[in-house]
Amino acid sequence: MSATTANTPAAAPAQTKKHRPGLHRINWWATAFIAVASLTVLIPLYLAVVVALKTPDQLLGGSGFEWPTEVRWANFSEAWTAADYPTTLANTGIITVLTVIFTILTSSIVSWALARNMHRPFFKGAFFYFLSAMFIPFPIIMLPLVKQTAAFGLDNKWGMIILYTIFGISMNSFIYTAYVRSIPLELEEAARVDGASTWRVFWKVIFPLLAPMNATVGILTCVWAWNDYIMPLVVLTDPSDRTLVLAQSIFQGQYNIDHTVSFASYLMAMAPLLLVYIFAQRWVISGVTRGSIK
Amino acid sequence: MSAVTEAAAPRAKDKSQTRTYYWIVVPMVVLFAIFHTFPVLTGIFYSFTNYAGFGDYKMVGFANYINLFRDSRVLSAYGFSFLFAIVATILTNALSLVIALALNAKIKFRNFFRGVFFIPYVLAMLVIGYVFKFIFGTSLPKLLSGIPLFADNILTNQTWAWTAIVILAVWQSCAFAIILYLAGLQTIPEELYEAASLDGASVWQQFRSITFPMIWAYFTINVVLSVKGFLQVFDPIVALTNGGPGTSTESVTMLIQRGGLTGGEFAYQTANAVVFFIVITVLSLLQFRGMASKDSDF
Repeated sequence: MSATTANTPAAAPAQTKKHRPGLHRINWWATAFIAVASLTVLIPLYLAVVVALKTPDQLLGGSGFEWPTEVRWANFSEAWTAADYPTTLANTGIITVLTVIFTILTSSIVSWALARNMHRPFFKGAFFYFLSAMFIPFPIIMLPLVKQTAAFGLDNKWGMIILYTIFGISMNSFIYTAYVRSIPLELEEAARVDGASTWRVFWKVIFPLLAPMNATVGILTCVWAWNDYIMPLVVLTDPSDRTLVLAQSIFQGQYNIDHTVSFASYLMAMAPLLLVYIFAQRWVISGVTRGSIK
Repeated sequence: MSAVTEAAAPRAKDKSQTRTYYWIVVPMVVLFAIFHTFPVLTGIFYSFTNYAGFGDYKMVGFANYINLFRDSRVLSAYGFSFLFAIVATILTNALSLVIALALNAKIKFRNFFRGVFFIPYVLAMLVIGYVFKFIFGTSLPKLLSGIPLFADNILTNQTWAWTAIVILAVWQSCAFAIILYLAGLQTIPEELYEAASLDGASVWQQFRSITFPMIWAYFTINVVLSVKGFLQVFDPIVALTNGGPGTSTESVTMLIQRGGLTGGEFAYQTANAVVFFIVITVLSLLQFRGMASKDSDF
């Protein structure tokens, strides 16, 4: 994918310049259309920022889009305590980071074992067993799962990590196995001849080669675990385990919502992932693309 | 002698290798059965009882299933979910395809714009949904005070509140769909268009006979995923209307969650969930079949 993007603007003019110069001129109509369309994405974000910077007085009577005349940084410090930012950020951070680590470690090795043994009925069966779960929507298991996690004492953030890691195998085995098949078996056999055990073969030879897929699975899992709402909502019971997203709903219950503070809180909830995305944009997009095309 | 040991050694090694493979896969299968399959089965079991979520219960046969079809709240939740899913799927795919086509043209700052359109993917639906709630509830009534529908806050409008939920859901879903379509468009060789334009094919003809057939697989996947995801809509409703006004924007997922966990209808809503599962599965299979047969036409 990155190859095609690099190809089109840079290499193409050089090739075709001689006979068809008109074909590779900038399409200004499309550029204008895209610029206008991109405003639909940027306007809500602009609103979130300017409202979070205002004093409550400035918000009164306006539409919210007006540029702030006076910046009130206290919105952020008030939101910090109102939504218990340190605790909820830590909860979401722990859940997301550990889920991503466990998911990559388990999904990769399980998928590898599946892909290398597809000729055996058990492994083939297990692969389709995981895969078929993709067709089972979450609402189906939601109610019994709530009972079960409570009975197991897993109605907390550790339970969330376990559930994300296990549920993730459905899609991840699909993503990984296709890629594993493209890795030549000779590589593993060569390591085995040198006396490496199956474990060593995987962690020393295969796992590093899976790096692009590890990145893809890591990104998809990270976005899922960080932004998920319904699973923490029904599984978590102790308020001290509340995630960042769950905590944002507290402003809605208030009799009179202080929008400037709540918007500061929304910004702080979205900021970590948004910042990561801004700095690693190309990497994230190519990672997600790799997961969706085969 | 040496020949025997040489033959036996690899076989023993093969065996231990195979055993390691089993040790890797079996625990995951067991865990998956415990945390995913077991809840599915207990859900099916409870759907034949009158369990309220606590206390005693007894078997009631198909009573829950029969009552579902007489319950106007359940029927309206299905009605809402289907209307929402159909409209949101059409809008998401149409808009994403148009934007992906424009992004794939020779535009300036392409990587920047591509990055902008993907932003909604990394935002939590619930959180950005609260921002949209402010737009619909506070900004639009002031900015569009001439249009009664918006002036009176569309979110409190019994008939039209669902359209606001569609807008939010489509706004976010387009991010992923655009990237998928863009990936599809970039697999189409440039030469096809060059040949077509030499033959005098118009832009529309090129789209119909080159672009669309070439990205048909991406279109299929996008549509099937969209329908399945949108039918289970939950987060954007919580953010915007919480099911209201009344129960006019209550989806099936929301009904299962509310009725089952706080409404004392545990068994009844598990029956609802089983029906919902059957509906979604049948629909996905029909879509794949329908779209696969269309595929052979090209």
